[in-house]
Amino acid sequence: MSAPPGLILSNLALDFAGRAVFENLSLLIPAGKCTALLGPSGVGKTSLLRIIAGLELPVAGSVAATDGAPLPGRIAYMAQHDLLLPWASALANVTIGAKLRREKPDFERAAALLARTGLAGRECALPHELSGGMKSRVALARTLYEDRPIVLMDEPFSALDAITRARIQELAAELFAGRTVLLITHDPQEAARLAHNLLVLAGDPARLAAPLAMAGEPPRATDDPILLQTQGRLLRALSAEAPS
Amino acid sequence: MRVLRPFITCAGFIAAWWAFTRLTAIPSFLLPGPPAVAAALWDQRTLLFWNSLTTLTEILLGLLIGTALGATAALAITASATLQRWLMPILVLSQSIPVFALAPLLVLWLGFGLPSKITLAVVIIFFPVTANFSDGLRRTTPGWHDLAQTMGAGPLATLLHIRLPAALPALASGLRVATAIAPIGAILGEWAGASSGLGYVMINANARIQTDLMFAALAILVTISVTLYSVIDHSLRRLLAWAPEAA
Repeated sequence: MSAPPGLILSNLALDFAGRAVFENLSLLIPAGKCTALLGPSGVGKTSLLRIIAGLELPVAGSVAATDGAPLPGRIAYMAQHDLLLPWASALANVTIGAKLRREKPDFERAAALLARTGLAGRECALPHELSGGMKSRVALARTLYEDRPIVLMDEPFSALDAITRARIQELAAELFAGRTVLLITHDPQEAARLAHNLLVLAGDPARLAAPLAMAGEPPRATDDPILLQTQGRLLRALSAEAPS
Repeated sequence: MRVLRPFITCAGFIAAWWAFTRLTAIPSFLLPGPPAVAAALWDQRTLLFWNSLTTLTEILLGLLIGTALGATAALAITASATLQRWLMPILVLSQSIPVFALAPLLVLWLGFGLPSKITLAVVIIFFPVTANFSDGLRRTTPGWHDLAQTMGAGPLATLLHIRLPAALPALASGLRVATAIAPIGAILGEWAGASSGLGYVMINANARIQTDLMFAALAILVTISVTLYSVIDHSLRRLLAWAPEAA
């Protein structure tokens, strides 16, 4: 993997059904760090992530890498659902990117990644034979197999129960360390556990509050005083923006 | 119990049929009882066996060709919007022509042999397979498209590795409908003009008021249809065990 660049978002604007979702949105996402983006539902978090991933076009503005190189081919994307292909084994799901690009899949590396996510021996299992947590682990291994310096995550663990979510969060923090990660989440605790920097997107049209830098390295313990304090601050900020 | 249920239903139907013929004393040329039909099945076993083989061949070849053509057409109209604009009206038009009207024409053009019957079965099968499969190909989960795009996949690779397998349960639905209606095509073709087949046996038996033989041929046709449907349904369930909607 090449050295991860940061992301420069310049004057982004997006409309939805004639309404401005956000305007003149500018931001620097630091290289090699995890940045969490929080905000109320419908504020445009997922749209922003999709614009960065190249899946949607903004009305105005641009997204660029801090190293000036083009972004396509350097971004891995994890959506809200695991998006595993139900007809393919865990191993085939991990290597699907290679198949789609007509490359020869590296099954040894894929099996090693599955083992790293705790799924050794389940290479041949189909998604319906795996639990929700296991499916998230396969999705993590698939994202790692792509070996991209930038990782975009759109609430990838929101469907998991609390215990499984905590375990997968730790695993994700360990596996994606050193990459430029933008994590969208509704959960202040998840954001405070995993991120180096926190952003709140709120308002109509939405605007970004000043970034909040977290001390220490993620993943933080759930009873870490800094985490609890930040979680409280985030909850207050989000409550103030939520419609009554 | 699940295995026995169809046999119990079948036995109940035969018992009711038998009771009806005994109690009403209906003439056997109008409605023969089960013993008369069983006797016809045994007495005419050679005739019925060879003519069943003809009908079965027509059904199987019709299914094979109709499914292959239907699936190919679905892939073509999915891959090309231009083809879709040209082909869809023709497909819909083909369904508005009554098959009963088409059968004599096909016999006239293709003769009394297998080709006219297979073509009629193909005409009947083609639309449900194309419609179901193209619908499945269009309804791919949007997240999979996003995933493929961020992974650098081209349209053809996305079609082959994601959209096509994702549409297999829809193709299976089309195939089930096709299996259920394929015998109609074959029998209609035989009624319009044939030198062999269960439809040919039925037409001849009807003309000679051999109602028991007609019922015997009908019983074999029902057995072939139900067996074929069961085999295909069971195979599809096993092949598509990953798709809850196909089970």
